[in-house]
Amino acid sequence: MADDIQKSVISVLIEDESGALARVVGLFSGRGYNIESLTVAVVDAERHLSRITVLTSGTPQVIKQIKAQLKRLIPVHAVCDLLEEGQYVGRELALVKVVSRGEARTEGLRIADSFRARAVDTTAGSFVFELTGSSEKLDAFIELMRPLGLAEVSRTGIAAIARGPSVFHLNEEPV
Amino acid sequence: MTGAADKEPKTGNNALNGAEVLLRVLDEQGVEVIFGYPGGAVLPIYDALFKQDRIRHILVRHEQAAVHAAEAYARSTGKVGVVLVTSGPGATNAVTGLVDALMDSIPLVCLCGQVPTKLIGNDAFQEADTTGITRPATKHNYLVREPGALAQTVREAFEVARSGRPGPVLVDLPKDITVGGAPLTPPALSRLQRFRRQGGPDAAAIARTIEAMKTARRPLFYTGGGVINSGPEASELLRRLARKTGYPVTSTLMGLGAFPSPDPQFLGMLGMHGSVEANMATHGCDLLIALGSRFDDRVTGRVDAFSPDSFKVHADIDPSQIDKIIQVDVRLEGDLRDTLEALLEAWDDTPAPDLTAWWNQIASWRSVDGFGFTQDMTPSAIIRPQYAVRRLYELTQESGRDTFVSTEVGQHQMWAAQHFQFDKPNHWLTSGGLGTMGYGLPAAVGAQVAHPDALVIDIAGEASTLMNIQELGTIAQYRLPVKIFILNNRYMGMVRQWQELLHGSRYSQSYSEALPDFVKLAEAFHGTGMRATNVGELDDVIRRMLAHDGPVVADICVAENENCYPMIPSGAAHNQMLLGPDQDSEAAGLTEEGMMLV
Ligand SMILES: Cc1ncc(C[n+]2csc(CCOP(=O)(O)OP(=O)(O)O)c2C)c(N)n1
Ligand SMILES: [Mg+2]
Repeated sequence: MADDIQKSVISVLIEDESGALARVVGLFSGRGYNIESLTVAVVDAERHLSRITVLTSGTPQVIKQIKAQLKRLIPVHAVCDLLEEGQYVGRELALVKVVSRGEARTEGLRIADSFRARAVDTTAGSFVFELTGSSEKLDAFIELMRPLGLAEVSRTGIAAIARGPSVFHLNEEPV
Repeated sequence: MTGAADKEPKTGNNALNGAEVLLRVLDEQGVEVIFGYPGGAVLPIYDALFKQDRIRHILVRHEQAAVHAAEAYARSTGKVGVVLVTSGPGATNAVTGLVDALMDSIPLVCLCGQVPTKLIGNDAFQEADTTGITRPATKHNYLVREPGALAQTVREAFEVARSGRPGPVLVDLPKDITVGGAPLTPPALSRLQRFRRQGGPDAAAIARTIEAMKTARRPLFYTGGGVINSGPEASELLRRLARKTGYPVTSTLMGLGAFPSPDPQFLGMLGMHGSVEANMATHGCDLLIALGSRFDDRVTGRVDAFSPDSFKVHADIDPSQIDKIIQVDVRLEGDLRDTLEALLEAWDDTPAPDLTAWWNQIASWRSVDGFGFTQDMTPSAIIRPQYAVRRLYELTQESGRDTFVSTEVGQHQMWAAQHFQFDKPNHWLTSGGLGTMGYGLPAAVGAQVAHPDALVIDIAGEASTLMNIQELGTIAQYRLPVKIFILNNRYMGMVRQWQELLHGSRYSQSYSEALPDFVKLAEAFHGTGMRATNVGELDDVIRRMLAHDGPVVADICVAENENCYPMIPSGAAHNQMLLGPDQDSEAAGLTEEGMMLV
């Protein structure tokens, strides 16, 4: 069974109303679906629309159910499976605090440089690096920082969008 | 029940307050009856109800009962059922009913009081996070925060409840919204346009279905509650399609009545306590056409052994039900009425295929008579529960009256499904998906309110009926001539059966100890009680019950240790049915492996 588990990146356009996010999260927990990461923000203030990106995993049948169940939610306008639709760009942002002095500090700075992480806060004893990229890249950076005084990490979870000219928006297709 | 919100509404002379706006919208939606129970947070609404006479309010004795009554009202009329409860405990009491309606796709609007907006989140008196609690218990729910949004929200609630796959919708109404002035905004364009399907069923999918139908040798229609929800027309179309094709029909518990059960083409209910012929046909068919049914685990048994050799077509209005449990070959999304119409049209004048061999096979399964039983007819003999239901059905038939049957949950429910016959949709009211004990009595209330002249019978178990027995008060108040027919086996029979078969006959907590005297109980609630203790008394009690023009509680003392058969133990396949001691399992072609499963 475990071998046909696949990852999926699902984008949801949902009305920005109170409780809307709880409906989505409740659907995942209530039906036992997996959430590996979830991001949400308003993307169209005029039409009160938020975009949720969920990184999930399951058998193809479960992924299909997740999408079908999401479409049943009244505030949900559209659901899109970015992996199924083709190529997509997925990006995540991390803020990484490293507390160190001497050797470790210089080494940390050198690695940050090679990752194109930006130091957004600097004190004599610490850095906060900002790094954007794929989740894998963020993982790798954090691993390298671990022996060099890694103190705290804050990550956003991925935001994702399809490559090419195709657009995922309010196509009011029947659900 | 104190605070600024309780003061007289500060509205102009001809301005409406929120409660009045609410009632106007209900009226506009065609609401005639509300089932409810008052409390502080809904007092403004009760005040507005007091001042009008267009909408009738039925005062129940417990909020759960209000919801079940509204469910039965909805199921038996095709309208949306409406419930009104107060905040906090009123709302939490309603939750079981909401989930029941969600599982069985019943259109409801539950109007619920809430503490004033300013107090929300402060642990105010009788505050509960009702929208939070009922989010997974409803199809959708709302909290009205602005007076300007009230009218449109309530309209939308009705639309959500009745459209697509129907379900319960809750509207939480803070007291300041119902007390204060609110505009009766004109109906606006619904934001739910996107849920409306464009066009009819997918032509290619219809064509593939017809193609499969033309070559099938062992076809079967497997119908569910969706046919009922689609309206009486869908039942009619199903009957026509079955006639034209000559296919056998089986039904889920929720679908009973869509196809006439006395019809020779009807194989009876399928599933855990379904008929031998229905389950064997489901297992052996080469074409399975699911119509408004959802492959519930009580139907499928072991999923990987379910109908192993069939080409499968699934028609449903809710796309999320298709491929959820069983992967199918053709999906037919849409309202069943449209789908059935399209199938009939596409089938057209195709001559009925020769299904003789299939029908012969079905006849041999049928001859096992899985529902069969023998009743000792000595007058002093103990009544077998199946016999009681059979006689109830036969004597009801003789009366010729339009009859609605509700049930509680347990063995009696299954015996009612097996032995009572239905020839019309919307006349069978039972809790299928949630299996809620205590459903039947308030459901009978709802059905009788909707159909004052009809015969309404709750086929009950002695344990279940005690779960909402307080509704005898409602029955008395509104002089509802409901008949409560208790198959009193002095056990939570279904629990006892599982304990006997699966837990070494250790009857842990399943004996109905210290039962009330149901005859006296009926009398205490201003009704009539009757009792039959043996076969000799049964017919007379049923006749007197049917003839009596008021409410009756009939305590039918039946065999205590009767089991409900056939039974597919959960997790077993359809050809691994257990039969009762009255049946010859070899003739049913059942496997030995199956016999040993329990
Ligand atoms: C509210 C609720 N609690 C528990 C159950 C579990 N349950 C299913 S059937 C049953 C026994 C029902 O007994 P009774 O009403 O006497 O019916 P019988 O099976 O004896 O016909 C129980 C406890 C349930 N379905 N609903
Ligand atoms: Mg019992």
